[in-house]
Amino acid sequence: MERSVSAVQPMLQARGLSKRFGEHEVLKGIDLSIARGEVVAIIGPSGSGKSTLLRCLNLLERPDAGEIWFEGACITDPQVDVNRVRMRMGMVFQLFNLFPHLTVLHNVTLAQERVLRTPRAQAQERARELLSKVGLAAKEQAYPNSLSGGQKQRVAIARALAMKPAVMLFDEPTSALDPEMVQEVLTAMGELVDEGMTMAVVTHEMGFARRAADRVVFVDEGRIVAEAPPERFFSDANSDRVRQFLAKIPG
Amino acid sequence: MALFFGVIAGLLGGLARVSPPAPLRAMAAAYVSVIRGTPFIVQLFFVYYAFPQLGVQVPPMVAAVGCLAVYSGAYQTEIVRGAIESIERGQVEAARSLGLTAAQAMRYVVLPQAFLRMLPPLGNEFVALTKNSALVSLVTVQELLLSAQLIISATFQNFAIYLTIGIMYYIMTTVVSTGTQLLERRLKVYV
Repeated sequence: MERSVSAVQPMLQARGLSKRFGEHEVLKGIDLSIARGEVVAIIGPSGSGKSTLLRCLNLLERPDAGEIWFEGACITDPQVDVNRVRMRMGMVFQLFNLFPHLTVLHNVTLAQERVLRTPRAQAQERARELLSKVGLAAKEQAYPNSLSGGQKQRVAIARALAMKPAVMLFDEPTSALDPEMVQEVLTAMGELVDEGMTMAVVTHEMGFARRAADRVVFVDEGRIVAEAPPERFFSDANSDRVRQFLAKIPG
Repeated sequence: MALFFGVIAGLLGGLARVSPPAPLRAMAAAYVSVIRGTPFIVQLFFVYYAFPQLGVQVPPMVAAVGCLAVYSGAYQTEIVRGAIESIERGQVEAARSLGLTAAQAMRYVVLPQAFLRMLPPLGNEFVALTKNSALVSLVTVQELLLSAQLIISATFQNFAIYLTIGIMYYIMTTVVSTGTQLLERRLKVYV
């Protein structure tokens, strides 16, 4: 499917982003911009700061310096209501973080009802639509603990999509899954890509990055050290550091 | 009654212990520290016998219920705090990432899960509270123990009467602990 990537104004942009935890400087001035409809894969060794970068983008972590712009507004401005910003950004976590005390259906309706004030019937209707889209319509009354990892992550994707976000952030969505379940989650993500969703995906799945991403960003020691469309990124891996890293990863 | 006020005190105290404003946290910590660090009987006598010297006369029943609730509330504060802090950070993060406010995340995501985790220790605390209620006989509140002593002073049936009230306390604590266990089982559907 043909996808259009707008170059006019970035949907989401980080400028000079820095973050430290105590003595440890995790992000050292990151500049990253994501256009509407663009899919950016963020890769790099563990501890490189890629997850922190993603968590800064929706302000789960407050950056120490730098700015984040989202849909034309500077969201690192302390005046900004972070809750309004976050409801426009979906996030999917490595460990799913489903709400275990709520049914699958209720997981997907909670924020619709409490944040968007969607009437229950309407919220449930949307939740059922999304659940059948990720292939879990039959599980709506189940509790998360009875699901497999792959199913949990698909529910988490549906939960995030229920808010009709402008951008989806994925934080290693397949890293905690058994190998046979990785594919079902990647398939659900692939469908989003085809629909033109703007996405930032921190991942170790090089196959997904190669197939689905418009751009691959390599983060190491808190800096972006390489950035290129996948075909170029993987063929002429432009630095020793990137080559070293890719050599260690299968696929 | 003391049970009811104790739960309220514990819930408020526990929320204060994890709340953002530092003064509130410090106040709740001081409450727990002082109440847990002194014997119940000293607190009770302080309120009942020492307050009048300041010109505050506290009726026995008010002193009894108040002291029991405040005492139990301190322990429950720690139970509530422990349960809230035992909920994985990812739960709040997921809730906040969906746009829920901190208060909504607490109300709809953290507290319902924390409640289940606080039930077993809370059951213990209710049993302890029931037993502690025997102590308020010392400020002339006519509860089970004092009534028994009155009967004994008339009948000299030490063995029979103390055995009887022992059994009665046992029945009360069993009802309380069975109640919390049943509640726990009903709420546990999702685990």
